Formats: sequence, structure tokens, C-alpha cells
Amino acid sequence: MNRYWMDQYDVCVVGAGHAGIEAAVAAARLGMRTALFTLSLDALANLPCNPSIGGTAKGHLVREIDALGGVMGIAADATFLQSRMLNMGKGPAVHSLRVQTDRRRYHTYMKKLLESIPNLDLKQSEIVDIVVEDGTLTGVVTKLGALYQTKACILATGTYLGGMIHVGEVSYESGPDGISAAKGLTDALRREGLPMRRFKTGTPPRVHRRSIDFSVLEKQSGDEKIVPFSFTTKGPLENKVDCYIAYTNGETHRIIRENLDRSPIYGGRIEAIGPRYCPSIEDKIVRFSDKPRHQLFVEPMGLDTEEMYLQGISSSMPEDVQMAFLRSIKGFEHLEVMRNAYAIEYDCCDPTALFASLEYRNIKGLYGAGQFNGTSGYEEAAAQGLIAGINAARKISGKEPLILPRSSSYIGTLIDDLVTKGCSDPYRMMTSRSEFRLLLRQDNADERLTPIGYEIGLISEERYRRFLEKMEQVKTEEERVRKMNIPPSEELNAFLVSRETVPIHTGVKLADLIRRPQLTYEGLAPFDPGRPHLPDEVGEQVEVRIKYEGYIKKQLAQAEELHRIERKKIPYPFDYTKVNGLRLEAIEKLNKVQPENVGQASRISGVNPADITALLIFLERKEHTDD
Amino acid sequence: MEKTIAAISTPLAVGGISVIRISGKEAIAVGEKVFSPHSGVPLSKMKGYRAAYGKLMDGEKEVDEGIATVFLAPHSYTGEDVVELSCHGGLFVTKKVLRLVLDAGAVLAQAGEFTKRAFENGKMTLTQAEGVLDMIQAENENALKAAKSAMDGTLYRKIRSISDGIVSVIGSIAAYLDYPEEDMDPLALSQIREGFCAARDALSALILDFDKGKLLRDGIDTVIVGKPNVGKSTLMNLLSQRERSIVTDIPGTTRDVVEERISLGNLTLNLADTAGLRQTDNPVEQIGVELAKKRVETASLILAVFDGSEDLSKEDDALWKQLNGLPVIAVVNKTDLRDVLSQKLQEHFPLVVSISAKEGTGKEALTQAISSFLSLTSLTGNEAFLFNERQLSAAKQALGALDETIATIDNGFPLDAIALDGENALDALLALSGEKVSERVVEEIFSHFCVGK
Repeated sequence: MNRYWMDQYDVCVVGAGHAGIEAAVAAARLGMRTALFTLSLDALANLPCNPSIGGTAKGHLVREIDALGGVMGIAADATFLQSRMLNMGKGPAVHSLRVQTDRRRYHTYMKKLLESIPNLDLKQSEIVDIVVEDGTLTGVVTKLGALYQTKACILATGTYLGGMIHVGEVSYESGPDGISAAKGLTDALRREGLPMRRFKTGTPPRVHRRSIDFSVLEKQSGDEKIVPFSFTTKGPLENKVDCYIAYTNGETHRIIRENLDRSPIYGGRIEAIGPRYCPSIEDKIVRFSDKPRHQLFVEPMGLDTEEMYLQGISSSMPEDVQMAFLRSIKGFEHLEVMRNAYAIEYDCCDPTALFASLEYRNIKGLYGAGQFNGTSGYEEAAAQGLIAGINAARKISGKEPLILPRSSSYIGTLIDDLVTKGCSDPYRMMTSRSEFRLLLRQDNADERLTPIGYEIGLISEERYRRFLEKMEQVKTEEERVRKMNIPPSEELNAFLVSRETVPIHTGVKLADLIRRPQLTYEGLAPFDPGRPHLPDEVGEQVEVRIKYEGYIKKQLAQAEELHRIERKKIPYPFDYTKVNGLRLEAIEKLNKVQPENVGQASRISGVNPADITALLIFLERKEHTDD
Repeated sequence: MEKTIAAISTPLAVGGISVIRISGKEAIAVGEKVFSPHSGVPLSKMKGYRAAYGKLMDGEKEVDEGIATVFLAPHSYTGEDVVELSCHGGLFVTKKVLRLVLDAGAVLAQAGEFTKRAFENGKMTLTQAEGVLDMIQAENENALKAAKSAMDGTLYRKIRSISDGIVSVIGSIAAYLDYPEEDMDPLALSQIREGFCAARDALSALILDFDKGKLLRDGIDTVIVGKPNVGKSTLMNLLSQRERSIVTDIPGTTRDVVEERISLGNLTLNLADTAGLRQTDNPVEQIGVELAKKRVETASLILAVFDGSEDLSKEDDALWKQLNGLPVIAVVNKTDLRDVLSQKLQEHFPLVVSISAKEGTGKEALTQAISSFLSLTSLTGNEAFLFNERQLSAAKQALGALDETIATIDNGFPLDAIALDGENALDALLALSGEKVSERVVEEIFSHFCVGK
């Protein structure tokens, strides 16, 4: 095929999903001339699965993306339909924000936002090849033969690359929502030595609102008091829709069980690995056969459509079986399906081939993000895209990459898990994956990351000034609360007794009362006459800092212990067979993962503390001989 | 914050002196808990490079005499605060002191950990570094062997079942927290608490059993006491079946402590035959008597020997007083002559066994008596008690974390904090098999809970 030179960029991003968008925006805002390639500009920022953003750990990721200067939170706030803070009452570490999103408006909002960025060009074109010279990426090539020279390329191909849809006995090449699959690039990547693999995921049906009998379903409304994702969003915010809950029953299960041989997975036609956390309804029924019913959520797709999404019932059964089991559900007797459920297989890459900067170890200037790295979820993708975009820009500017420690963020935890442990099925973020989760709360993402975003150059002066103001308010109020003496009074003691906690007989510090599990900062306001008028989020910080003081201290100490060994860097490439004292198992694992520092090495399963000591001694010796 | 670590830093063999090294921020505080200086000046008031003479203490009980040497950061091997406790070189005493140090808050050092710290603090030259590599390699291999045998053993299965129990509790919390919208039964706090309590109880039983296991593995520290010339040495010879002590008819022949490791059925006794516990003017003999007294106080088992043909004397009365509250079995010797004593002794001792050391009878009865006395009857050497100090240290760490977890529940903290505490316990136990906590928990969620969209 004839290739022709088209243009020259600093950064080219392949794919305009949630990873590609964050990557492109970050690179462009950091001064890079950036091109964002997509198969279809009408599918930019698509939500091909559930019309919602956030949720447990995912809400944390969105808050972190926002704190660093990313765009997902702003767009989610601008287009949400219903907002809920999940897990209230289970502790601040697991409070999680989740919104229902208007799918088309999210797309439109994001497209307009991207179009407004001066350094950023949007291009509807399929990338089918990359150019690598002497181990360095120098260009990308479109399906039409156009060569774009570039200093860096970020691969964010989602489920489009080598996409193959399965519905029952039928399989065909396609990406989600009728967009064609991307072909050709996989061969090029394999040729350049990337360890490609195949993963699978699935999505449930979309149905017409008029065909559901909502009177027999449970209604689920949004929160009365809504908090936004973004630090920059100003209220008031209101819910616009309700969601509904329906249940499968014995008849639904019977229909599925009797048709299992027609499922491409149980029939053996799909071999790719599907996500454990996102089982299809047939998986749920086979693996948890004793459960009499499974729950599903009916969620609106947007304000300008009657389509409803059925969360919890993804499937790759044939269309007729889908229709039969769906109509067996109470309230769905006359269901009209608009888009059927399907499973999709796609090409992606083993993330252990990456540095923690998300750059490939074997190709300078090539980065991976999102589903291409083996994750699942819009938020996980956006988080990696942001870091890949930042690091591509920093590399071109001659700066050190941004590597967030595990103790700083879910983003850092996510990337460390990927590059250190890899993943054998699509990786979903969960609060249980963070050992520092009392530090990594969604309520303090700004405190943890906004100074970093500011230093990098993605947070404006104005926003940073407002952030510092908030931190100052928190500090002042925390000091006041710790010093403030509260005398005993009849009213206070009556209040304490009503909250089932012991009355006081001498004056106590306000902080000591806040520390009691039965009491809150807000609830104690009537007994704290000197309290200044402060935003809710300031009071929230003060309360958490006091109530969880002991835990926070303990976690900070653990974080410091980890940082100590993370400061010991390991050069790349590194031949572990040369290290005296390592066991064979450790040599194998270390050679494969090629950890960047001793801390990362210690997290690899099969590497024990004595191996780490042997490694430290070797590194020390090497340093001396090198001098 | 770095943990304070400790280990025996001299070769584990019978030697003149053993050194237990403690390093880290809490080293001096830990040292103070087990070492009582003769001068009364506490370790924390001492300058670096100074040594103090004093007693190694198990609470109020003296274990040994020894020297504590204090090194202040950065002027020590590791570059941290270091206390080195030197004690008398017996295996049993040394291990006992290490146990006390670990109980006082230190954690057992990993292979090469002192060296690692020395490195990190810039305290080690290259030559030294290369020298320790071999040692690490050797210990690594040994640890591997130990891990393997533990993996096969009952103990590993026990620890495994405890950690499985914790995984299951934490997994249910994690599923509940990470999937708040799933159709799950709400978690009852009381059930979570019960789960953690069950794990705690199982662990503390295991730790208690450790002492019994240690008795089986390392042998039972046994001291033979009695009036001079009632036949203590003869008893020892009967048990060890060879001439070891000098048997004569002159009271006070055995002046030193004679040690012998002997097998008695499936039991091993670390037998010490001591000079009699009697008042004497002979200064040499007096030393022997003092040594014997010390032995008696720290022994796991005391065999008090009586001459069955003689009536009880004042000296016997004194002996009973000394032995009050200690693990004693009365052994009545010389039943070949006549036995006027057994009956009377039963009023003073829970167990009385008759033997004839000279005729070689009564050995089996004694074995059984020891077994039942130390509640070892149900144990065989192959059971769950192949516990090494590292496993014990992990179990104790886990136990501490479980106590904290239960306190967290009782103090009204929410589930996020409870789960995090529980994970600390799990972390300590899984370290034995090299597994990582979050992987186990995530695995648990997906294998036992039907969650996900």
C-alpha cells in the first residue's frame, strides 16, 4: 500500500474512549501538539455498557482523575441523571459516588470539550500500523495510508481491536454499538514484540420503556443531598430520573439452563477470558445454582430516548432465548428489546510489558491505556489514559515520569497491580485492592493529588488557590475543635443519652466528643456556639481526621515503610540470574516482571524477604563497582 | 516506621555465651522489659557502647544472668539503636530469652535482615556484604526446607484453616462493601465478631500448644533434685542407660550440673542432674547448689527424688517448700528395700512414681507419668507442633491484630476499619505461605458471592 506523509505531532492517541480522551486532553494541555484518532467521531466518549459513572472504588478513581486535572468528573457532573453516595454508614473509606449518566449528552459534552482545546486535533481514521525505528516509536499509519510522524503514541483501543461479537451460535467481527472493529493494528503490534492476548466481556439488552410494567418493580431514587465528582462543579444539582429493580425467577433460570448448549461460552466457541466480576446471567445461574433469584436494575439511557438498560443480566445466549427468559421476569411480560445482549472478544496486551509510567519497556514512546492494558471499566480506563498522557508529555519535555505510589491513590494502586502482578482476567478496581484505603478516601482525593496536578501543570492557578483555601479552613477548624472545651450541661447530656452514649460531668474537648462513634461533627453543632460557618466538605474532613486519627497514623507509618524500599531503584534491563542468593522461583518472576524498584519487587508473589536482601546487597555492590 | 527486630546472632549450638540482638527504634524499650540491670541504671539512661551486668527476667522470674550492651544509632551494626543480650550459652536458655524479647514487642528478624538494615543505613563495607551472602543463601535454603515440611504438616493445615476462616469473614465484608447494590443478606456485626473471635481462639490455642510442641521437639527441660545421696545420679543413669554421673556413696559428689539428652518413649528429656539442694559450708559445693536452684526455677519438669527406705526429714520439708507451685513429680527410689514414703508423699505431690534405679524398674511408669503430667499424652512427635519461631512469631502477630480487630468492633468503628484490621492478621499468617492478602480476598469474593453486573 502506498504511504504518504500527512503531518507531524508530538502525541498521537489511538482510540477516543475514556482512556484516549484523558490522554489526549492531558497531553494537549501540557503543550503537546496532539492528535486523537477514532473509528467514529459519533462514538467518541461512548458508554457502550452501563449508562453510569462511579461506584465503589470507581467513584474514588473519578475523584482522583478530577483532582489531578482530568475531565471525566466534570463531564459526569454536567450530564448526570441521578446521583447516589453508596455505602453510607459503612465507613468513610468505602463511601462511593455513583451517577446515572445521559449517554448521548455525555458524548456531546465531551466532544465539544475536546473540540475547544487548541492543541488537540480530532481525526476520524483507523490506525493500522506503527513505525518503530531502533526501538523508538516514530509514527502511526492510517488505513488510507497516511503517515503521521509522532514522538509518542498512546494505544487506547478498548474493545474495538480485533472485536468479535457473539450471540448464541452467531459470531461476527464488530466493535460495540454497530461501530466496526479495528483490524490490522494487532499484527503490527505483534510484529513489534508486544505480548498480545484476547479478553472477553459482555453487555445486557436495552429495552423500550413503554414495554415495562413499572408498577410491579421496586423504585430506586437518587440522594436528596447531591455531591459532585469535580472540585470545580457548583450546585445546585438535582436528580432527573428514577431507576427500578426487578428479579429473575425459577422460570427464567429454567429457560437458561435448558438452552446452555446454545451459549457460545458453554458451547465452547469462546475461549477468551471473561471478567469474574461481571458474570453473565448464565454464569450466575450455573455457578450459584442455589440462588433462587438474581437482581437486575432498570436504568434510563438518557433524557432524549426511551431506551432502558438492564444492569445485571448480560448474556451471550441466542436472541430467541434472551427474549424468552427476559419475558419470564415479573414486569417484563411484554418486553420489547431494542438492542440484544452480546459477548465481545477483543485484542489486548499483557500489562507486565509496561513500565509504571505506562510506556512499553521494549518500545520507547509507545504507551498503553485502558482495556488495551487488560482492565475493564470507564473509570479504570480514564485513570490510565490520564497518566499515559501526562507521562508522554513529560518524556517529550525531558521530565521524569509521574509514578503515583500505592499509598497516594487508587490510580497508583491500579497501575502498580497491573505492571507488577499482571491480570488473568479483565481487572476491575475494588476498595479491597488497596491496603491504604483509610488514607485513599474519595473525600480527600483533592488533598492527596491536587498539589501534584498543579505541579504538573493541569490545575489552574485559580483552582489551586481555592484548594489551598479549603485546606487552610480544614486546618484551622481542626485546631479549634481540638482545643475547644465543652462544659457539661443538661441539654448536652440529654443529647448524649439520646444518642446512647455516656453523659459528661466535667468539661471535655469537642474533639473527644467527635471521636465517639455515636456522635458527629454536624450533630454537635448546637453545643458548639463558636463554630464558624464552613462548607460541608470542611466539616467532613475535620470529622474524619479526628475519628480515624489512630488508623490514619498507622496507615501513614505503613506507607512510609513502603516508600523506603521504593526509593531503591533497579536499572532496566536487569539480569537476575547474576544475583547471588536468589532462589530459582524468584529469578524467574523477577526476570519477567522487571520491577523498577525494590518495593515493587517485594510485592511479586513468590519473592520472599531473603530474596529482597540478596537483591539489595547485589545492587549496592553494583553501585560501588560502577563508580 | 521500621519494626524492631530480634534474633539469636550467635550460632545455635551449645557454647559458652549466646547473644540475642535487638535492633530498631524500640530496641532499648524491648531490652528494658527483659533485662534488669544490677546497677539499677535503666538501659535508656546508658550511653552507647556501654555494657551492664544484670538479670534476664521473665516477668518477675529470673531466667539467667547476663550482660546487656547498648549501641545507640547510628553507631551500631545496623545503624539503628541496638541492644545485645548475652546469656549463658545453653540452647534452652537462649531460645527462652529470644521468646521473652519477642513477647516484649520485637518481631523475629528475617534471614539477613540485620544486614539489610546495615546496608540501608550505610553501615556495611563491600567485603562484609559479600561475606554475608553465603549465609543468606544457606538460610534461604533452610527456610525453604522448613516451609516445605511445614506445608506438608498438620501445623500448616491448622494455620491454613485459621487463615481460611479469616479470609471468609473478610471476604464477606469486602463483597458487602464493594458490591453495595447486590442482593445480599445484610451482614450481622455479631457474626463478623464471632468469626474473628473463632480465629483468635484457635490461634491462641495453637500458641499455647506451641509450648507443648516445643517440649516434644526441643525436649523437656528436666531437673532432678533431692537430698544428697538419695540416688539422683542413679536415676539419671537409669534413664540414660549409661554411666554419666559419678555414682558414689559420698553425699555431694555431683557438684556441677550434668546435662544429658535422653529419649523416654516418644519424649525427649533434657536432663540435668544437679548437686543436691542442701545447705553446705563447702564453697565449691555451694556454687553447685546455687546453680541447681536456678535450674529448678526455670525447668519444665522437676523430678524430686526420695529415698523410699528413709523417713521424711526436715530437709525434705524444706525441699517441698522450695518446690511449691513448680511442675514436680515425686520419684521414690529404692523400692527394693522398703517403701515407707509413697503414701505420705501423695499428700504433698500430685504424682508419685516408684522406681528402682538400681534394678532398672519403673522406667515405663515414669514415662507415662511425665506424659500425663504435662498433658502430652495425646501428642506424638509428628503432630501439629513442628512449629518454628518464625511461625510462632507470625501467629502471635496475627493474634495481636485479631485482638485489635475485635476491639475495633467493640469500639463501634465501621466496617472499613474492621476489615483493614482483619487484613493485618491475615497478612501475618499468609506471609508463611508467601500469599498476598488482596489476591486472596478478591478470589474469595468471586468464588463465594454472586456479584457483578
